[in-house]
Formats: sequence, structure tokens, C-alpha cells
Amino acid sequence: METFRVLVVDDEVDFLETLVNRLRRRKLEAEGASSGEEALELMKGKPFDVVVLDIKMPGGLDGIETLREIRRIGPLTEVILLTGHASLETSIEGMKLGAFDYLLKPVKLEELMPKLAAAFEKKAAQEEKIRKVKIREMMRAPGETPENG
Amino acid sequence: MPVGHSSRVGLPLRPRRLLRAASCPALLVTHRQSPFRVCPASHLRSMGHGRELVDVTPRSPLYAGLQRKIIFLTLLVSFVPLVLLGGTLYWQFSRIYREKIDEQLRYRAATHGNAVDLFLSERTAFLSAIADTHSLEYMLQPGNLASLLEVMNLRVGGFVDLGVIASDGRHLAYVGPYHLEGLNYYDQPWFVQVMSRGLYISDVYMGYRQVPHSVIAVRHQEKGRIWILRATIDSDVFTKLVRGAQVGRTGDAYLVNGDRINQTAPRFSGEGAVLAQSRIDPSKFGEGTTVLAEPGPEGRNRLYAGVWLRNAKWLLVISQDPAEKMLGLSQARNLEIGIVIAGALAIIFTVILTTRLMVKKLVEADRAVCEMNAQLVQSDKLAAMGKMAASVAHEVNNPLAVISEKTGWALDLLEEEEFQQSKNLEEFRRSLRKIEEHVERARKVVHNMLGFARRMEPHTEDVDINQVIDQTISLLENYARTSNIDIQTHLASDLPIIASDQAQLQQVFLNLVSNAIDAIGNGGSIEVSTRQLDGNIYVNVKDDGPGMTPDMQKKIFEPFVTTKSGGKGTGLGLWVSLGIVEKMGGTITVESKVGKGSTFTVKLPIVVPEKK
Repeated sequence: METFRVLVVDDEVDFLETLVNRLRRRKLEAEGASSGEEALELMKGKPFDVVVLDIKMPGGLDGIETLREIRRIGPLTEVILLTGHASLETSIEGMKLGAFDYLLKPVKLEELMPKLAAAFEKKAAQEEKIRKVKIREMMRAPGETPENG
Repeated sequence: MPVGHSSRVGLPLRPRRLLRAASCPALLVTHRQSPFRVCPASHLRSMGHGRELVDVTPRSPLYAGLQRKIIFLTLLVSFVPLVLLGGTLYWQFSRIYREKIDEQLRYRAATHGNAVDLFLSERTAFLSAIADTHSLEYMLQPGNLASLLEVMNLRVGGFVDLGVIASDGRHLAYVGPYHLEGLNYYDQPWFVQVMSRGLYISDVYMGYRQVPHSVIAVRHQEKGRIWILRATIDSDVFTKLVRGAQVGRTGDAYLVNGDRINQTAPRFSGEGAVLAQSRIDPSKFGEGTTVLAEPGPEGRNRLYAGVWLRNAKWLLVISQDPAEKMLGLSQARNLEIGIVIAGALAIIFTVILTTRLMVKKLVEADRAVCEMNAQLVQSDKLAAMGKMAASVAHEVNNPLAVISEKTGWALDLLEEEEFQQSKNLEEFRRSLRKIEEHVERARKVVHNMLGFARRMEPHTEDVDINQVIDQTISLLENYARTSNIDIQTHLASDLPIIASDQAQLQQVFLNLVSNAIDAIGNGGSIEVSTRQLDGNIYVNVKDDGPGMTPDMQKKIFEPFVTTKSGGKGTGLGLWVSLGIVEKMGGTITVESKVGKGSTFTVKLPIVVPEKK
């Protein structure tokens, strides 16, 4: 499987580290962030393809706010929400904000992996589309050389 | 979101919400071991929920007392006027009636008094006229006196004999049945009277003849000679005349003289015989006509009307037992008492009936309020429990996630080369898989808990009935096992997914199954089966418990009806369940036989989910 960059955001550090380890073991470029702020900080560096975001985080930015910011910084980055049953309504709100999917905690890696792959595929497909549109634009208007060329 | 429950049911939103919310805790109601078990209504009073719940059976002392009070007061204010009115009417009527009787008696006394007066004055006048128109010589000639007596009896009648008496008292001539010639009356009181007054009517006396009689004597003066014409009147004639005033069975009439001697024989011996002392004291009777009430010979009060005759010597007494005359009055009284009693009965009947009806309505209204309160209490409890369950579940969820990840990580690491040689590799792997398995189990419990705790606004989702039943039974399995109850399922594999409310359906099945467990008590089996038929899904919950009588079966869907003893049930579970199922367009029915067990059947219409 093609490798891609995954960011896991969860306030439970034990969970975070382990999940990151396991993802890395499955040849994904995984990073962990234990808070919304940290996640956004990392996002500003090298962009991630998929973000796994715990929707319920105490203190600081909560899940929904973090999601909003992530979508703003990297509109193509797909977000998978992790949720407890009780925060189902929040998950629905998250989906409305453009999250790719949500999973109930505790999530099994066997369930998470296909979701990650699907999310990455979607992102890749979208990037591909954008690329094609850009190429078409360039072909249609050969005189107008894009500034960023 | 489909068209929505609310528009289908057509009830105003607010009460429906309440009902809906209240229907949620049904599972807590019947779950014996739940720490959130709701107390039965009678215990809620002391629970300090700020809402008073009362015993709302019509037999409760509260309502019985109220009913008694209303009945008592209504009867009091109805009866007092009724009895007063009846009493007053009777009293007035009887007064008037008595007056009328008095009046009648008085009138009769007066008219008969007049008749006796007339009788006497007629005879006196006739006698005077005879005396005035015939000379003494003519009288004394034999045969003349007899023909005179004949004429007198022909014209006026009532004379027995006729005699001429000289001024010295000698009987000069006599015609009549007795031989009175030659007797001398000089010493007789009547003779003295007639000589001085010119006219004398004697009392009735025996005289020489030993027959009660009365005499009328007139004095005549003729050329210096004084003689007296004397006629005897048979007292029988009087008696007959006077007795004409007797009326009815008890009426009596007789004459009494001023010395209280009966002048004619009264009809009843108790009044005294003729010429004996009378019971009646004439001195009690004044001028005109007097009516007296005196004890009669039989001891009862009799009415006596007395009128003095014009000769002022005799009193005509008419007496009557008022009871006889009062017959009309007593009939009227009986009629009135009858009417009053009938009225009273009608009032009692109506008052009791309407009061019962009123109290019944009141009980119903109170019961509705009580149900509402119970529902509010239930929804309060649910809200609290929901919050608690949610926070507990979330707190448990995070460590579970960590355990799960760590286990996974450990399993990942076991794939490393260095571990592959370990002789305990399989043991490690097995242990880790067990940990994963049990984390999964814990996860299910937590999710189930959250599934129930989540407050459900009415909404529809895709529901697999079989799955709901499995889930429900897995919740109750432990409870059933401790009671040695075996739960079997026979679920039809071809059930369609329907659009319904999973959480509410779960409550219904939870209620039915936990009721079955409670009904069995200890040791038995429950069979839960599903099948599809004619556009409906049927869910049967069958137990081999004690079963129910037909009476009980009729009542079990009513609120606050429970077969569970000792405050274990609130009697709301089935009621709430039926409400839920009926809102979904289904029904719950029961079949039961004492000793054989019961089968509850839930019928749910198949509502195909909208395509998304």
C-alpha cells in the first residue's frame, strides 16, 4: 500500500503513542498530537493526508473547533472523527463540517486501517481532479502563463 | 428525516413529548436489580420529589371521606327544608282541619238546638192557644179533652196526655194512658213554678208513671178563675229529635239540664243513663255554642259542642270522636309522609349516585395528574441516569481504548524476529487475544449502556428487530441466569429492516422479557420468537410462569396495575410499552392460562425505511 501522512489527535497520551506506533508499523507516516493546538501547529509544517481526531478533548480547543481549523488550513486533508457514543450528536455536526467519517471509541485497528485508506484515496482522487483541472486550464489558455508556472 | 412521528400521531407536541419522555424509563421500572428502580406510587409521597403523589384508588380513605362529607352535607341541606316544609304544611293543614271540624260541630249543635227550641216553643204555643181558646167548662165536659188531645197530636204531635189542674192543685180532668185524676200537685215544684210564672217546662223526670217524661204546663186566667193546662211529652220524642244530631259511628247527642242530669239517653252508656248524672258538666258551657275537648269514656279525647236551649235549662250536647273526622286528615298525613319519604329516597338515591359519579371523575382526574407526575418523576430519573451513564461510559471508554491499543501494539511487536523464537510465543498471543476479546465485551456493555442512556427525541432509524432482541436478551442474561431461567430465541431470518425507534423498541422487549423473568420467579424458561406475516412483524415472548386469570389479563395494560409483590413493580412497564407500540401503529396482546404461563405478542407494522 502506498504510504501517506497521518496525524492522530487525542488527549490520552498512552493511546496516542500506541496508535502512532502501530500505524508507523503499518508503514504509514504517523504523527501524534495531544491537543488541538499542537495538531494545528503540526499541520502548518508538512501537510497531512488524513487526520484522526478525537472529538471530545478537555481544555483548549475542542474537537469541533480543531476540525474547523484543520479544514481551513488544509482543505484537502481528510478528517476521521473518533467519538464516544455520548458525543454522537457532535460527530454528526462534525460530518456536516466535512469530516470524512466517524468511528466509535475504542476503535479496532482493523476498522481504522480501511477507513484511513479510503480517506487517503478520496484525498488523492480530489488532488488528481484538481491537477487535471489545472492542466486543462493551462491547455485552454496557452497564452496566459500561470504566474507560479 | 421522514415525515415524522409527531404529525402522524396528531397530538399537541408538548404532552406528547412528556409521554414520550416518560415512556423511556420503563426498562428501569421493571428491572429489579436496577439501583434506579422507581418506587410505586404510594411510596413516592415520601421521596421528596416536590410532587405529591396520592393513592388514587376510589377506595382510598381520602376519597371515601370526601364522598361521605358531600353526601352528608347534601342530604342535610335537602332534608332539613323538606322535613320543615312537610311538618309546617301538616301542622297548618291539621289546624285548619280541626277548625273545620269544630265549626261543623258547632253548627250542628246550633241548628239542632234551634230545632229542639222550636219543638218546645211550638208545643208550648199550641198548648197556650188551646188554653186560651177553650173555657174550663168545655174542658171538663167528658170527651172534650180527649178530642183536644187528638187535635193536638194531629197538628203538632208528641203529646202523651193532657190534663186540667185547678189552682189548688187538684187534677180536674185527664185524658191519657195513666189514671192521674184526683191527684193533687199542689206540693209539686212545677206547680209552684207555673202558678207564679204562667209557663213551665219541666225537666225530664219519672214522676208517678215511672217513665221518663217531661211536662209543659200553661196557666190560664179566665174571669178570675185560674186553671192550668198540662201536657206530657214523651221523652222518647225528645230523644229521637235530639239523636237526629248524631253523626257517624261515634257521634252522640243528648240533653243535659243545669243540674248535670241527662234529659235524654245518650247513645253511649259511658255518657251516663237518662236521668242519671251526666259525664258532662254543663257549667263548662257558656253563652252561645261552646266546643270543648274532653276525655271521653274510652279515655280518648272527644269533642263536645254544647248549646243552651232558649228555656235556659237544658244544654244540647253533641259529641264526636275527632279520630273519625280526622280520617281525612290522617289520610292526608299519610300521603304527605309518603311523598316526603319518596322524595327523601329520590334525594338519597340521586345524591349518592351523583356524588359517586363526581368522586369517580375526581379520581380519574387525580389519577391522570398522578400519572403525569409519575411520568415526570420517571423522566427526571432518566435524565439523571442518562447523564451518569454517559459520563461513566466515557470515563471507561478511554482506558478501554488504551488497553485495546496497547494490546494491539503488543501483538504487533510479537511479530518481531526476536519474539518469534520465544517458546511462550503462542501463550503470549493467546493471552493478548483474550485481552482483546474481553475489551470488546466491555466495549459492548458500555455501548449498550450509552445506547439506553442517550435521551431519545422521537426519531426513526433503520431497525433490525432480531438484533434489538439479541441486544435486549444479552442485557438480561445475567439476571435470568441468577434466577435459573433459560432464555431461548427463535428468530426468523427473513425479517426486513424497518423504520422505527430502536431504543424504544428495546424498552418494550426489555419490559416484556424482564416481566417474564419476574413472573417465573425462579427456574423456568422463556422463549422469544419473531416472524413475519401479512405486512407485520410479530414478536412473541412466552414464559412458563404461573400465568394470569382472565380478570388480571384485562387489567395488566392499565397504569399502576402490577402482579409483582412488595413494591417491586410500579405497574407502569406494560402501560408504557403499549403506548410505545401503539404509537408505532402496533399492538400488544396477551394470552395466558393459570398454571401454564403467559405469551405476550407484539405486532409491529413493517414500515419500509426511506431510501437515503
